[in-house]
Amino acid sequence: MPVGKLVGARVKRREDPRLVRGLGHYVDDIQLPNTLHAAILRSPYAHARIKAIRVEEARSHPHVVAVFTGADIRDRVGCIPVASENPTLRVPKHYVLAPDKVCFLGEGVAVVVAEDRYAARDGLDLIHVDYEPLPVVSDPEKALAPGARVIHSEWPDNVAFRFALKQGNLQRAFKEAYKIVKQRLVHQRLAPIALEPRGVLARYLRGEEELTLWSSTQIPHILKTQLSLMLALPENRVRVIAPEVGGGFGSKLNVYAEEALIGYLAVKLGRPVKWIEGRRENIQATIHGRGQVGEVEVAVKKDGTILGLQYRVVADTGAYHQLLTPGIPPLTGLMLSGAYKIPAIAIEVTGVFTNKMATDAYRGAGRPEATYVVERVMDRVARELGLDPVKVRQKNFPKPKEFPFATATGLIYDSGNYQGALNKGLRLAGYQKWRGEQKKLRAKGRYIGIGLSTYVEICAMGPSAAMPAGGWESGTVRVEPTGKVTVLTGTSPHGQGQETSFAQIVADELGVGFDDITVIHGDTAIVPSGIGTFGSRATAVGGTAVLQAAEKVRDKAREIAAHLLEADPDDLVFSDGRFSVKGVPKKGISLQQIALEAHLAKNLPKKVEPGLSATSVFEPTNFTFPFGTHICVVDVDPKTGAIQILKYVAVDDCGKVINPLLVDGQIHGGIAQGLGQALLEEVVYDEEGQILSGSLMDYALPKAEDLPRLELSRTETPTPVNPLGVKGVGEAGTIGSTPAFVNAVVDALAPFGVTHIDMPLKPEKIWRLCQGKLASAGGRR
Amino acid sequence: MTAKRQIALRINGTAYSHEIEPRLLLVHYLRDVVGLTGTHIGCETSICGACTVMLNGESVKSCTVLAVQADGAEVLTIEGLSRGEEFHPLQEGFWECHGLQCGYCTPGMILSAYQLLLRNPRPSEAEIRRALEGNLCRCTGYQHIVDAVQYAARKMGASGK
Repeated sequence: MPVGKLVGARVKRREDPRLVRGLGHYVDDIQLPNTLHAAILRSPYAHARIKAIRVEEARSHPHVVAVFTGADIRDRVGCIPVASENPTLRVPKHYVLAPDKVCFLGEGVAVVVAEDRYAARDGLDLIHVDYEPLPVVSDPEKALAPGARVIHSEWPDNVAFRFALKQGNLQRAFKEAYKIVKQRLVHQRLAPIALEPRGVLARYLRGEEELTLWSSTQIPHILKTQLSLMLALPENRVRVIAPEVGGGFGSKLNVYAEEALIGYLAVKLGRPVKWIEGRRENIQATIHGRGQVGEVEVAVKKDGTILGLQYRVVADTGAYHQLLTPGIPPLTGLMLSGAYKIPAIAIEVTGVFTNKMATDAYRGAGRPEATYVVERVMDRVARELGLDPVKVRQKNFPKPKEFPFATATGLIYDSGNYQGALNKGLRLAGYQKWRGEQKKLRAKGRYIGIGLSTYVEICAMGPSAAMPAGGWESGTVRVEPTGKVTVLTGTSPHGQGQETSFAQIVADELGVGFDDITVIHGDTAIVPSGIGTFGSRATAVGGTAVLQAAEKVRDKAREIAAHLLEADPDDLVFSDGRFSVKGVPKKGISLQQIALEAHLAKNLPKKVEPGLSATSVFEPTNFTFPFGTHICVVDVDPKTGAIQILKYVAVDDCGKVINPLLVDGQIHGGIAQGLGQALLEEVVYDEEGQILSGSLMDYALPKAEDLPRLELSRTETPTPVNPLGVKGVGEAGTIGSTPAFVNAVVDALAPFGVTHIDMPLKPEKIWRLCQGKLASAGGRR
Repeated sequence: MTAKRQIALRINGTAYSHEIEPRLLLVHYLRDVVGLTGTHIGCETSICGACTVMLNGESVKSCTVLAVQADGAEVLTIEGLSRGEEFHPLQEGFWECHGLQCGYCTPGMILSAYQLLLRNPRPSEAEIRRALEGNLCRCTGYQHIVDAVQYAARKMGASGK
C-alpha cells in the first residue's frame, strides 16, 4: 500500500454535517404515506401460562386496524433463529409472539396495529389476558440446583448448552504450585442502551411482490436471509435497509421477533407498518450483555509465574436463545489466557435457561469477561505473593519475538508488544510517583488506589471457518462516468464513521479527492453482499475488501490507460489520479477520463469489459489481537463510599490507524461503557423475574459528570493478517477499562482487607465493606 | 378520545397552526405533524435528553411537554440552529471535535449546550459536564462533546455573538 496522504490523518467526519443539523434519517424519521403503527402487548410476568386472551374490545376500537395474538400467527411466522454449531445446544421454540406460555418479562403476546401510535397504545389497554403464573427461575446458579423448576419441559433440566476447553497438564500445574489463588467473580447483566431504541418499518408492494424492511440493525444482509426464511418469502424479493442507526453495541446484531412480525404485518395488511421500541421495552426485550458467574483458580510459582488456570462459569442464557447467545461465553473461554503465557488452561461453561431476556453480544461480547477474570487474578496473585502487580504481568508476557504466539486455548495471537504498551502506560501515568503518593496518603487516612489492566482482545471477526454465518466482507468501488467514485461496503456502520475512513482509503488508492467519494452501506438492494458491523471487524475486514476493490479498479484503469496511450502497462506511472508514461509526464490520462472511456466503451482493449468498477470479497486468514495497557488512579472515601477517578491513562495498540480522530472516539466511548459497568450499571431482576432497573430512571448510564478526562496514547504494532495492518478498535476501551478501575478500587481498600468487590461498585457497597474497619485500617478521619 | 384543540406557535421562526389531540406530546407534534424529525426520542422519561428543544428560550425535554402547552410559544429545534448553509458554532464544534458518533443524542446535546452558553458564555469543563447531566450519550464518553462546547464558546466569544 502506497504511503497515503489521507490514511492516518485526522480527517473530520463525512457523516457529521447531516447529523449536527438533525437531517439524518433514522427508522422513525422515515415517513411513508398510509403507514400503520404497531404496538406490542408484553407479558407482565416472567413465567406464566396464557389461559385466555380476549382481543375483541381492542379490535372494535375505531382506529385499530388489526390485532394478532401469538396463537393467530404461530404457523405464519417462523421462529427466531440461533446461529451456533454447538452439539450440546438445546433450542426451545422461540416464537415471535408467545402462543401459550411466556418465559420472560416483556415477551410479546399480541400486537395491535392502528392508524396512529397513540391509538395502537390505546388498543393494548383493551386486550385482556388471563395468565396463570408459574414458579420463576431467576438466579442462574439456583436454576441448576436439583429440583429447580424446569422452564422448557422438553428437557430434564435448565441447561441450555455446555462448552469446555482443556489444554496442558493442569493437574501437575496445581500440584507444583507455590500458591493457588481462587476468586469468585460476577459479571452482572447489562443493558446495551443504544440511544436510539430499535425500530422497524416495513412496506410490501403487491405488484412487485417485494418486501422492503427498514430496521435499526447492524446486519442488514444476514437479516434479509433470515427474514426470507421466517416469512417464507423468496430472498430475492426481500430488501433490508439499515438507514441511519443510532448506536448498536451488539444489541442490533440480531434477528428480533419484531423484525419478522412487522414484515409479516406489512404483507398481510397491504400497508406500511411501523414499530418503534420504547425504552422500557428496550430494557425488557432487547438483548442483554454479560450475565456470567464464575470461579477462577490459578496456580502460581513464588515469583508470580502462572502455571495453570481454570475457570468454571455459569452463563445466564435467559429464556431463549437469540442469534449469538450460545456463542458469547465460549469467546470468554478462548480469551482466558489474556496477554500471558499460561501453559495449562481449562474452562467449563454451562449455559442456563432462566426466566429472563436472552443475553447476547454486548460491546466486547465475552472478551470483557475473560479480561476481567485474568486481570483481576493478576492483582489477586500479586497481593498474595506480595509482588507489584506490574511485576506479575511482566513475568508472564510473551516477548515480542515470540509472535505469532500460540495460546493454550488454541488461538494464534498475530502480533504484539505488551511490554511496550505497558512501559508507555506506566510512564504516562506516573505509576511510581502514584505508589509513593499512595503510601503517604494512607498514613494520613486517605485511600487512593492504582489499578491496571494489560489486556489483549480478539477482533476483525473473522475467518469464516470460525464464524457461524460467514466472516468475510465485501467491497465495491465504482468510478462513475463523471469521475465521481461510489464505494459500496457490506459493513453496516452505525456511528463508527466508515463513510469517512473508507473514503480515506479509496482516496489514497485512486488519487481522487476525498469529497469526490461517496460510501454507501446498509441497503441490500444496492450493496451486493455483506456480513455487517460487529466484533471490531468493519475496517480490518470490510476496509480491506474496499482496498482490494480499489486496487482492482486501478489495475483495470492501468490496462485501459496503456491501450489509450499506446504504451506498455508497465511503463505507466500512477500519481495523483493520473497515469502517465514513464519519463514523458505530459503523455498521460486521468482516472476520470479513463472512467468515461470505459463507460463509452468505444475504444477498449480486447477482453476488457466496459465500465470501471470492481468488487472484492476479503476472507481473513486469522483474527487480529489488539492490546494495550489501561491505568486508573482512584480516590475512595470509606466514609461515604464515593469513588473519584484522579487519573485515567489508556495506551492502546490497534495496529495501523486510518483516522486517529475516530480511534480516539472509539476508545473514549468504550472506556465510558466499561466504567459504566464497573461503577453504575446493572439489569436487576428480582426473584420473581421482575426488572427493578427497568427505565433510564433506574438503569444508571454514565453521565458527563461521572467520567474523568481520559488521557489516550498509542503504540502501533501492525497486524500481518490484512494489508491495511489494522486490528480493530471498537471494543478495546470496554475490555481494558473495567478491570483497571476495579483493580484500582480494590487496591485503595487494601488496608481494609478488601481483596475483591463485585461490580457495580456503588457507594453503598463500598461503604458497607469499610464499616467497622475504618479504625483498624489506620484511618484517622 | 377528547375533542381536538387548535394550537398556533412559531417553530424556528415559521408560524404553524394545527388541530391536535390534547394528549399529543410536543416531540410527536414536532416530528409527526410538522415533520421536523431532527428532535429524537430516547427514553420517554425525560432522562436522556435526546428530545431537548428550546421553548420560549428555555431548554425543555419535549417528550414530557404536551403540544398544547406550546400554544403561542416560540420553539427552536436543531433544524433552526444553522443559518442557511452556515453552521452554528456549536454544530461546527461538534463536527470539528468529533463530538458525535451515531448522532442520535446530538441534536438534544447541542440544544442543551446552547442553553448553557446563553447563561454562561465561558463555562469551565466541570460546568459543561454539570450542565449536560440531563443529556445521555452512549457513544462518545462525553470528552469530545466537552471539547466541542469549549470550541463553540471560544468561537462565540471571539465573534462577540
